Order: sequence, then structure tokens, then C-alpha cells
Amino acid sequence: MADFSVKAVDDILNGHKEGAEVSLIPILGEIQKRYRYLPREALILVSEWLGVPLSQVYGIATFYNAFSLKRQGKHPIHVCTGTACHVRGAAQVLDRFKRRLKIRPGETTPDWEFTLQTVNCLGACALGPITVIDDKYFGQMTASTVDKLLKEFGVERQKV
Amino acid sequence: MIHLTIDNQEIGVEEGTTILEVARERGIFIPTLCYHEALEPYAACRLCVVEVEGKRGSRLVASCAYPCEEGAVIHTNSEMVRRSRRITVELLMASGEHLPLVRALAIELGVAEPRFRLPPDDCILCGLCVRACREIVGVAAISLVNRGMEKRVGSPFEIASNVCIECGTCVLVCPTGALKLEDIVKEEKAVHRWGSPLDHRPCHICGDHNLEAHFSVDYRSFIGEQASGEGQSEG
Amino acid sequence: MVAIRTPAELEERRRLLSEQKDPNQLTVTVCGGTGCRAYGSERVHEALHEEIKAQATQNRVNLRMTGCHGFCERGPLVVIQPKEIFYHGVKVEDVPQIVSKTVVEGEIIDSLLYVDPSTGQKIAHEREVPFYKKQRRLLLDMNGQIDPTSIADYIASGGYGSLSKVLSQMAPEEVIDEVTRAKLRGRGGAGFLAGLKWRLTREAPGETKYLVCNADEGDPGAYMDRSIMEGNPHRVLEGMIVGGYAIGAHRGFVYIRNEYPLAVKHLRTAIAQARECGLLGKDILGSGFDFDVEIRLGAGAFVCGEETALMASIEGRTGEPRPRPPYPAQQGLWGKPTNINNVKTWANIPLIIEKGADWYLQIGTEGSKGTAIFSVVGKINNTGLVEVAMGATLRQIIFDIGGGIPKGKEFKAVQIGGPSGGCIPKEHIDTPIDYESLTQLGAMMGSGGMVICDGDTCMVDLARYFMTFVQEESCGKCMPCRVGTKAMLETLTGITKGEGQKGDIDYLFELAGEIKSSSLCGLGQTAPNPVLSTLRYFRDEYEAHIYDKRCPAKVCHDLIIYEVVADLCTGCMVCARNCPTSAITGEKGTVHTIDQGLCVRCGLCKQLCKFDAVSVS
Repeated sequence: MADFSVKAVDDILNGHKEGAEVSLIPILGEIQKRYRYLPREALILVSEWLGVPLSQVYGIATFYNAFSLKRQGKHPIHVCTGTACHVRGAAQVLDRFKRRLKIRPGETTPDWEFTLQTVNCLGACALGPITVIDDKYFGQMTASTVDKLLKEFGVERQKV
Repeated sequence: MIHLTIDNQEIGVEEGTTILEVARERGIFIPTLCYHEALEPYAACRLCVVEVEGKRGSRLVASCAYPCEEGAVIHTNSEMVRRSRRITVELLMASGEHLPLVRALAIELGVAEPRFRLPPDDCILCGLCVRACREIVGVAAISLVNRGMEKRVGSPFEIASNVCIECGTCVLVCPTGALKLEDIVKEEKAVHRWGSPLDHRPCHICGDHNLEAHFSVDYRSFIGEQASGEGQSEG
Repeated sequence: MVAIRTPAELEERRRLLSEQKDPNQLTVTVCGGTGCRAYGSERVHEALHEEIKAQATQNRVNLRMTGCHGFCERGPLVVIQPKEIFYHGVKVEDVPQIVSKTVVEGEIIDSLLYVDPSTGQKIAHEREVPFYKKQRRLLLDMNGQIDPTSIADYIASGGYGSLSKVLSQMAPEEVIDEVTRAKLRGRGGAGFLAGLKWRLTREAPGETKYLVCNADEGDPGAYMDRSIMEGNPHRVLEGMIVGGYAIGAHRGFVYIRNEYPLAVKHLRTAIAQARECGLLGKDILGSGFDFDVEIRLGAGAFVCGEETALMASIEGRTGEPRPRPPYPAQQGLWGKPTNINNVKTWANIPLIIEKGADWYLQIGTEGSKGTAIFSVVGKINNTGLVEVAMGATLRQIIFDIGGGIPKGKEFKAVQIGGPSGGCIPKEHIDTPIDYESLTQLGAMMGSGGMVICDGDTCMVDLARYFMTFVQEESCGKCMPCRVGTKAMLETLTGITKGEGQKGDIDYLFELAGEIKSSSLCGLGQTAPNPVLSTLRYFRDEYEAHIYDKRCPAKVCHDLIIYEVVADLCTGCMVCARNCPTSAITGEKGTVHTIDQGLCVRCGLCKQLCKFDAVSVS
């Protein structure tokens, strides 16, 4: 994740010749991908360059789940809470992550290592409940495999 | 000319009229919250629903947006309509019981206590302020932010808007007084100018100046400076 | 690939490509769908690649990564053609054997074969596997055979033949007539007649028209659109180009969720290849017809599966629906007539053109023609994608194909149609499935997600789950949906916590009625369905929660207690050590006890206990 630079955003903007509203969401998507969130300055630049009111850009940034206005942790954790995973016990898996990392979905750990999020169906239901960390899929999760997984990422158990 | 039946009266109307427009022309009262003649219909409050008969039974449609159709049979105050309006108002009362506007509707429709409560809120999310700012004033200083129950009216990043011209239109159209003029001109509150000297722009309907967002600072270099100076800045 | 400029050239290309294929040549196909990849099928593929080289058999055998085969429970799947030898659960360690025995010597490895649970027999060939045997795979057929990133594979199998036929032999109205005659219904959920929609769009005034493929498969638990986009994107493109020609649109959009990265990747490749070949772009196959397709990514909003919200999203605004009329066919993207159809609907088009409406009419029921694809997930042995002719019964899908409920549990209900759908209980398991029958039973075809529930599923909790989903995804514009579903959710949550009161069920019915009739868009209008449906068939469960403060399925946290079974406890302390709230006490060798005041019912102790000494009641 790089520090914010006007040039980087300009590069993204220049890749969209069509301009105006129709490019807004794709552009935000690229910025989100690059920085793992939408820096405020980037949104202002986008608003100016496209000639779209900043309020509209901000409205979109807050409406869609794919966009985040807050910096994300190094390792995004997505716990699938789709129906199939739910029926197989995804709620326990999510609970365990919440307890161990001491954060709620949408939040990031104080050391900026992990961001916990729920996602509604990744389409790999046979392996449910699924958790994706750093784009790697971990299937058939249970509360105990959460512990094992976190250990691999260096999160040790503390006696409560 | 389109012919339809509204509340058992057969009438003829021009094509392109909505049911609400026809009703108002004829003095038929249909309550509304998010409707305004100067704005595009939004169809969000659902208070203006009317019953339209169909092949597979009746259904409710928002009269502010539904166009008059040839042969339509419409009822503006049937039991189906009243039942729906009662619950709509009851849901409105969940957070808006203290608002005179809402209490008046409750009395009119015979709704007593709401069975469901939320924290009281002056704003009923009718969207009139946002739509007026965008469609009439042309400035779009504020917008609807977030989704679902978190939805509210806000300015970008919760701080002063840099394009608000303090015209007060939003205050004027707000049906509940959730937006107040003193809030707009106060420094700290949202829906206000952004720390730079105000550059008044005339309304794009009645003004005749050439409009261009006119900032006293070159934002590109301003942001560039901020970025190199402080690295990432956060909200 | 060289551009193809006329129908004759396409046919020539197809002929050449299929001649190059020796039907007797060994081909090892590895399933590359997202599900199997999560199981590690990419590593298996790599290992196969290396091993084939190592054993110097490159000349004899093709290796191909295909799209999703559908039998997701048993991945990674490797199928060896032409004999269709079916290996499941393949690990990297199995690869050397697969090459040396099966590829080189033609021997079948017994241990990798699927065992039919009902007969105990090993099955060697894919089509004999009960999961596949009873299916009618019209849309998913190519998924196991072609490389989705190769347009050559698609063309060799006859791909783009329908487009060629349409452009050279049929007028646009004729195409619409054929699709109408076939009675193809939209596969997005509502089941509106596709041909009619096309006709309305074509007849709408204006020169500029648009086409959209709705690939925002938002229903949790549904992934057939993903499989088709991953496994055979060209078929969808072909359907869209035909549709564009019929309607008079020159620009198409595929709106696809960003949660499907592999599908997006394959679609991008497919579009680029089609453009290279001249099958997208100007003067397609010399017909004078121009058409091109763009991808638009979703941004994580279920509501954008709704037509008007989808269009708002493409236009660069928040996904707030708007009232209809006007319908998209009259005023859609940027105010122009727009035809929106689901992925599966588009995928059906080349089939209907190739084989004709008469052929298509023979499949399915009176009111619902063709096949339906269901993602069968949840408490089921054979999780996967099932394609059957409309009219197949639930029993066939769940038991004959799905293999029944794991661990010998009883089938309780199946939830069809996601958050907009409803559940169907045991007593209706022999109902033939089609649009009408499902609606009558209080469910909905939806996009085809089927979640199987057993005795351990609490139906009240399930209804609450769907309402939570709706609340999170509601755009918030209209009050019945935004506030009404919140009111329903709070009531449901209260019921699951043991705080239910007399009158709650009536309140739920009242709210449901209002939300259904007054919401602005389909999301709100169908949001109460899971609640209404579970109340219809499982009212007793609601009443148990409300009046007896009891959860019959032992799921609702506040209504259950975990206890140690004294006779079975060995005092091993595993549970005590892992309890997140230190609620378990007891020394090594003594029977442990759970302090109910501290227990949060996470279920970890029960999971960990090797002696099954924790009970739930």
C-alpha cells in the first residue's frame, strides 16, 4: 500500500477516456484496489476531473460495500455468511474471529494487521463455512480451525 | 386523451400526467411527504400509494410517479390504501412521533401508538433537501449517505461543503424543520462552506452568470502539498 | 486468432479445429471452478503438467483446465477423456500414479473412484455417477469439456454457430418470434417471458437501445451464474450478440459482481478473443451488424441485482431503485430502451436457435420450458450444481441427485429463492418444480439457490437470518423496507432470544403484508417471504419459541444450555482450556462442569470433545 500520490490517481483517471458519471464507479474500484481504501484526496480529485459533484462521489463511496473510507489492515479477513455457510455454522466462525481479534466486522485491529469483514456468498458453498484471508480460501471452518489459522498468522492465544 | 376511472368518476386526462397530478387537479386529497411539484418524483415515502385494479387483483402504486393509463380503475382512499398508509405512518412514528407533521397524519389516519420504536430523529429521509440542492439549485452540496438504516443526509466527509452557496433552499423544502438556517451558516456544522472564502454563485435557474466551480485555491497542488508533507491523511 | 469475416469462414474454422482434435486422444481435464480451486485444483493441474512432462507423454495427452463441473462436494475433480474416467478428491500425491497408470497404461485407479453410497459400488465413468446421471445438462454440458479461456475450444464444439445462422438467415423479428415461441422465461427469478421483453424493447421508440446481462448473482448460496461465466463465457456472449441483433441494440453491458474475480477474468479474456476474431465489433460475420460488450463490476450491493438499481449503478449513481413504470424496455439506461436478462437466460439463446423452439418446447412443463439450474447446498451430501428439466421433483433433486442428508439426518425443508424465496417442507417433496408450483407453495424460483435444512436447522433463526440480510442490503430509500424490515427483524430477534410475546406473530403478518404491497422495489416486496413461508409451514416452531421459550432445533443461543454429560466425561480438560470465557471448571480426571452464567453458547466445547460428553438442550 503506497502513500497517496496525485500522480497515481491521475494515472487511473487518464485510463478512462469516456469520462463523466459512467466511469465513476470503475475509477473508484481501481483506487480502492490500489490503496485498499479511498483516500479523501483521491475522491476530491475524481470529483473535479469527472465534473461530478463531490457529494455524489461521497454518496457512492458510502453506499457500496466494496468501498471503504477507512484504511484497511494488511490482511483482510472475509468470513462468508451466505446462507449455505450460515446453515453450516458460519456464525460460530465469525464469533470466534470477533473474540480472538477483539474487533467487530468492519473494524481493523489496532496494529493494522487484520480487517474483519463479512461477505455474502463467494460461490464456493461446498466448502462452507468459508473464510478468505489475503485472497486464499479456507474451507470447512470451525471455531477451532479459526484458532489454528490465526496461529499461522502469528496470533497467539491468550488466556482469557 | 386518456380515459380512466378515479374514485368511481370517469375522467379524461392528457397523456403523461401522473395519478397524483390528476388527483390534485380534481381536488382529491392524497397525502404526500417526499413529493414536490418542482422536483422529479422520488416515490420513497409510500404515503401517496393508491389502489389500481388489475387482471390479477389490485395493487398499490405510488401515485406521484405512476402515469395515467388508458382504462385504469383507481381508488385513492380504499380500505387497502388506508391500511397501507396506517402502517407507513406507524413506521414513520417509530422515530418521528414528536414531529407535528407526523402527529397530524397519525390523527387523520387513526394511528395510536407505534408498536416499534427507534431513536427520535427530525429527519424523515424524504430526500427533498438533497434533490432540491441538485435539481433546482444545481450545486449538489449534500447527498444521501450510507445505506439502509444508516442512511442519512450529509455533506462529503461530514465537514463543510465547498460548493454550498447558503441559499437556504434545503431549509425551505424540509417538511419537518430538520435543517435549520442557523446550522447552515454555522462554521462547524455540516452543509457549509469548506474553510475557503465563500464565492457566491447564483442559482442556475434565475441567475445569469456563467457558472464554473471557482475555488480560491488550486486543489491539485494543495492536495499534492498535503500528500508529500504529511503522507496519508485520515478523516 | 485470425479474424473470421463470414459465416463460411466460421464453418471452415470450426471444421479445421475439430479435425485437429483426435477424438481418441487422451485428454485430462481438471476442474478449475472457484470451488475446486479452493480445494487446490490448480496445484493438481500444475503437478499433472510437470508429471506428464517428466514421464515424457506430452505427445499423447492433452491437459486442460475447464470450468466448474458442478459436483463441488467432491473436488478436485479430474476426468480423463475419451473414456470419461472420473476421479474425485484428487490430491497432488495422486498425480504420479494418475499419469503412470491411467494415462500411460490405461489402468483405472480404484481408490480415486467415486463410490455410490446406496450400492457400495465403485463408478468409473462420469455419466454413470448418480449425481450426473439424473441431470439434464444443457447449459452446463460444456463446462467439463472446454477450456473457457480458449475461443478455439468453443468454436470447435460448434460455438457461434447460432450467431452465424441468425445473422445470415434470420431477420431480427424472426429471432424474436423463435424465442417467443420457445416460451423462454427469464431465469433471474421473476420468470417474465424473454421474447415478450425483447419485442417490447425492439418496438420502443428510439434508435439507441441497450442490452444488459445481469450477472450480479447476489442470492447467498447461489452460484450457477458464476459457473457459467467461469466455465463457458462465450455462450453468454453469443446469446447477447443474438439478442442485440434481434432488439436493435449495438451496445451490451455485463454487470457482474466483483466478488467473482475468476468469472470476471474469464469474461474479459472471452471478450478480447471475440473481438480479435471479429465476432464482436463492426460488421460481424459480414452482416453489417455492429455490437460490442463492456464489463461493469458490481461494488457489493445486493440491491443492484434489481433492474433499476443495476442501471443506476452502471450510470454511476448509488443503487437506489426507481419506480416502474416506465419499465427498462421503454426507458432504461440513460433513458433509452434497455433489455435486461439474467446470465442463464442469455445462455439459453444459442441452444434455442440451434435446435429450434419446437425442440425446446419438449423440455419442461406446460408453463415452464427448458431446464433449471439449482445450486444445492447446505445439509446435503452432494453439494453442487444440478441442472434438470423443469418439472423434476424435489425428491429427485435432493435424494436421487443430491444424495440425501448427511449423517443420516432427516430432511426438514428446502429454502428456494434466497432472501426473496420461501421454504418447502417434507410434505411437498414430490411437487414438480416450476415457476407456478413454487409460487403456489409460497416460495419462488429466484435465481435457483436451494438450501437444504435438516432437524438441526431452526426455521425461526433462518427467517431471522434472511431478514438480517435484507436489512443490511436495503438501499434505505423507502420506509416500508428500511424501517418495516427492521421492525420485523427486531421482533424475530426477540423471539429467538426468548423475549417473544403474544401478538408477535400477528404483528409479523401485518408488517409483512404492508412491506409486500407498499415497497418500492422487488427487494422490499419479497423481503417478508421467508418469514411468511416459515410461519406457514413451521408455525409450531415459532410458538415453541414464544410460549415455551424453547428452540426445538437447539440453535437459538439464549434458549439452549450446554452441559457436560457426567457419564461420558473423562476429565481431559480440552474443553476447559479452550473455553473463551473460562466457563468450564474441573481438574484433570474429574467430571467438568459448565458455569451457565459465563457460558456464551459458542459450541466450541461440544466440537472439541472427543467423547461426545457435551449435550445441548
